[in-house]
Order: sequence, then structure tokens, then C-alpha cells
Amino acid sequence: MSAPVLTRPASVEAATRRRVRGASRRRRVVLVLVLLVAAAFAVTLMAGRTYYPPGDVLRVILGEQVPGASFTVGRLRLPRAVLALIAGFSFGLAGVTFQTMLRNPLASPDIIGISSGASAAAAIAIVTLSLGEVQVSVLAIAAGLGVALLVYSLAFRGGVVGTRLILIGIGISAMLDSITSYVLSQAAEWDLQEAMRWLTGSLNGAAWDQVVPALAAAAVLTPLLLGQARNLTALQLGDDTASALGVRVERTRITVIVAAVGLIAFATAAAGPIAFVAFLSGPIAARIVGAGGSLLVPAGLVGSLLVLVADFTGQFAFGERYPVGVVTGVLGAPYLVHLIIRTNRAGGSL
Amino acid sequence: MTTHHRLTAEGLTLGYGDRTVVDSLDLAVPPGRITVIVGANACGKSTLLRSMSRLLAPRKGRVVLDGKEVHRLPAKELARTLGLLPQSPVAPEGITVSDLVGRGRHPHQSVFSRWNEKDDAAVAAALEATHTEPLAERAVDELSGGQRQRVWIAMALAQQTDLLLLDEPTTFLDASHQIEVLDLLTDLNRSRGTTIVMVLHDLNLAARYADHLIALAGGGLHASGTPAEVLTEETVRAVFDLDSRIIEDPVSGRPLMLPIGRHHILEPARRNTAATGGPQERSSAEPYQSDVSATPGSARK
Repeated sequence: MSAPVLTRPASVEAATRRRVRGASRRRRVVLVLVLLVAAAFAVTLMAGRTYYPPGDVLRVILGEQVPGASFTVGRLRLPRAVLALIAGFSFGLAGVTFQTMLRNPLASPDIIGISSGASAAAAIAIVTLSLGEVQVSVLAIAAGLGVALLVYSLAFRGGVVGTRLILIGIGISAMLDSITSYVLSQAAEWDLQEAMRWLTGSLNGAAWDQVVPALAAAAVLTPLLLGQARNLTALQLGDDTASALGVRVERTRITVIVAAVGLIAFATAAAGPIAFVAFLSGPIAARIVGAGGSLLVPAGLVGSLLVLVADFTGQFAFGERYPVGVVTGVLGAPYLVHLIIRTNRAGGSL
Repeated sequence: MTTHHRLTAEGLTLGYGDRTVVDSLDLAVPPGRITVIVGANACGKSTLLRSMSRLLAPRKGRVVLDGKEVHRLPAKELARTLGLLPQSPVAPEGITVSDLVGRGRHPHQSVFSRWNEKDDAAVAAALEATHTEPLAERAVDELSGGQRQRVWIAMALAQQTDLLLLDEPTTFLDASHQIEVLDLLTDLNRSRGTTIVMVLHDLNLAARYADHLIALAGGGLHASGTPAEVLTEETVRAVFDLDSRIIEDPVSGRPLMLPIGRHHILEPARRNTAATGGPQERSSAEPYQSDVSATPGSARK
């Protein structure tokens, strides 16, 4: 290794200062996000048609019997809030992973058809085949991976160009959504709540047997993705640069795709394809954290926050109750339009 | 000073799909020197560079670094010895210069190791060597082309490799920035002994800055050696299918290639003046061209 011949301590000092400043800013932002998520989680448990004080909520969580609260908080609100937390985190994490890997904010799994694939499979499994939770998750994963593979191979022409992949993904996504609509319209017991769940995502009727598989998947796949965080930030510089920095590009890509699709599929099987959460979380996280380091954890937290707040808003802010996906859809659509306009203005030839 | 590494290609055959780009090529990179690869468009210059840095697996033959095949070396181990700056690296939107340069430390870190003093020292040294320290807190996307290129070189420097491969580091730069980048690389080579291999488009800049010049043609090595040995009218004709005259560069004493196209040629006078040295000719090339037959050490062979 070459000795740093040209170094003056003052410049090293400055480098350390810049790095420490950046790192502590990141830590602060993550801490604030964690606090916000915790606050939103707590509010979701306490507030609603009936208010329960923090003491009651805590006692329910600790397993004590509290009249009224045990049912409302323990059976209704808690699984719903936990599912919002996990699904949001999974979508945010998986979304930013794809966006980072393909270096394009439009390349999020809910835009390029992976969520639609998982959703269509889950809808078929539940509505048509009446399968149990485990089979539903397995089918959703298989479909998510299948769509990822299909989009990737259709877009592959001696290398993958982001815009081609995105266009193909959008097409496939539309196709899969129409399959979902068809399946739902053919279902014997036509249920609007169920339909909304598979079309835009909903947390209505969330129960523990839906939450557990998503929680397990997040517990296993999150560390796996975080282990690839450094490789992902290197991939942002282009495949060749990443490779020159010692990253095994193909191996990283496969690990990351499988893990992210797994997160998306499990979360979708439980909550439906909650619109635009995967798509929005990364860019929002990038805005508040800056482009310096990995966005994985901040994007996951932003995802959780988005889903918790959107679900609460959808339930109580208006006269009627709206599923969470409708609220996030209303938030996400303008940003999608903005991105597409900006891409066109930059001369991005699609 | 760095330890000198030996990088060679042995019977290297490279290609994409069913197209063979480089065919059984042998070459040795002289350690501690600046090697420049030149050749016509699509002759395999970049392909060769990518293969030498493990980015492209050879069809046949091998690339050997210090007796070990690079495609068998662990990725990180190779990345601590050999760095590559590709032709068009991508900077994430909004990233600052110091963060981008810090990414060069990737092969020296792992999931478990914290960023340490050595990393800071490497980043500081890289910023200083490339005169990008004043830019450290700026966003890369708001820099000029020349500044940006220096930042990318700084990132490659932060990697602290003894071998540095660069694919057309001067593309898209204006004349003064081209010289700035090449001077910077020469400084590195001289002060740290970094072995540099780069692809350059401009033959005259290649001849000026190379210690060792490699000309590729038809998927193989056409000529290699000092610029004076390699940059000849014959080489230019064989490699680029271009008529030219080679004179001695009055600034550097290296060979200078003057292309001969179909226009703007002092046709009748050209050959005559070489013989007579007629005073009516005031072409700047003229005094050197009359030297050609007289000076044995000149660029002409």
C-alpha cells in the first residue's frame, strides 16, 4: 500500500470533520424517524372511535385483560398497526433497494410489476383457490420472482437499460392488474373490502395470522439486505465502477433481488400492494438524509411512517373510511407524474 | 514508493456475444510507468482494459497479476491492488465530492470494520493530489466537466491501488482540462510510482504522455514500445488507415502526428520543401520535417 505522501494532518482533520458531520446527521435523521414511527404507532393504538389512554394500551400489550380495550386494541388495532409497520418497512426497504440497484426512482417494484404479480397471485390463491396463509405467501413470492425474472429477461438485450426495463415493467404491471380485477369480479362472494385489498392495498381486517408470515420474512430478509448495503451504494456508481471497487456485481444483484422480492411478496400477501409506498419511500428518505450513504434503513422507516399515517388518515380523517392504498395512491400519483415529466425534460429517451 | 506489480496478458481472446474483439493478444505492462493504449474506434481498447481489471472474462488466455490470474483473485483483494476508472461512471444525484471520493475506500472496508483514520487520510490525500479539496462539500452534479473528472480520479486514488487503469480519462474535456488531467496522472506516477495504463483517443497526447505506447489493430497488438518507436507513419496508416507525417514535437521532443486528409494540403510544395528547404514555405511544421533525414534520434524510424 502506498504511503500517503501528500498528506497534511490539517486536510485529514477536515476529512474526518466532514465524515463525522455527515454520520451524525444521518444518525439524527434516523433517530427522528424512529421517534416519529413510534409516535404514529402509539397514536394508532390509542386513538380511533374510542380513545384508550396509554396505560390501558400498555396493559393490553403486556397481556392483561382490560375491558373493552382488550378487544379493540388487542384484537383490532394492534395487529393492524403491526401490519402497517411491517408492510410499510418492507415496501420502503424493497423499493429503495430496486431504485438504488437500477439507479432509477421509477424502477420501484410497485411500478415495474413485481407488486402486481404478487398481488395477482395472492388474489387468485385466496379468492379463487381458497388457500391458507402459507400457500398464499409461497405463491405470492413465486409470482413476484417470476415477474422480476420475466421483466428482467424481456428487458435484457446485451445488458439492461433502465428505461426499457421500466416500460416493460409498467406494461406487465397493467396486464397483471387486469388479471387481478378479473379474478375479483369472478369471485363468488364479491366483497369490496377484499377487492380493495388486492387492487390498492388495505389493512382492513388485519389479523395475527396475516401478520406473522410478513413479520418473519422481514426479520430474516432485512438483515440480509442490510448486509448488502455497502455493495448497493457502490452499485450506484455504475456496474463497472462497482466491480472495480471489488463488488461481485452479479452476486450482489441476485441476492438483493431475491431478498427485496421476498419482502414485497410477503407484505403484499398480507396487506395487498399498498400503492406507491415502495415508490415514494426511497426518494423521500433521500431528500431528508442526503445522498451520502445507504438509504435502506431510512427508506424502511419512511415506509412504515407513510403506511401508519395514511391508514390512520384513511380511517378517521374523512366521513367515510378509505383503505390505506387509496390515501397513498393519492399521495404517490402526483410524484409519479412529476418524475415522468422531469425525465422527459432531461431528454431521457424512453 | 509503491511495490511494483507485474500485469500481463497471455494469449488473451475477448469478445461479446459471437463477436471476437481481441484475438490472442500478448502484452506486458511495464511496472511503474505510464502505458497508453491507442487504436481505431472499436478495436478493443476498452474491452482490453475491462478484461485486465476482471470486468470481462476472457474467452481464451488469461490476465496475470504477479503470477496470479486476475479472474481467480478475490474481488476485494484485486481491488486493493488494481483500480479502474471506467469511461462513464455514474454519480448518484446530489452526492458530495467528499462522499464520492470516500466510496473509493470500499475494498478496504467490510461490513464489520468501522471507518478509520487510514480511510480519512486516504480521502484527504486523494482530494489534495487532485486539487479538489476546495470542492469537497460541493455536490458532484454541479461541477464542470474538468472538475468532475478530477473528482472521479480522486475516488480512484482513494482506493490506493498501485496500478490504475483509466478508460479515456480526457473525453469530453476541453484542451486545458485534458492537459490538467494528464499532468495530474503524470504527477501521481512520478511521486508515488503508480503504474498507469490508459486508453487515449488523441494520438499526440498519447505520444506526449506515454512512457510505453501500445497500438492495437485488428484485434491484436500492432506495435508497442516507446512513443518514438511506435508512432510512425507506417503505424498510423496500418492502425487508423490514415496518411500522415510524423515530426518532432517542438515542445516535448516526442513524435507529433500531422494527419494528411484530402483537403488543406500544400500539395506541390510539400515534397519540394523537404528537399530544398525553400524560404517561401512558412508552415510551422517545416523546420522539423527537414530534420527528419538528418536526426537519427527523431521520431521517424
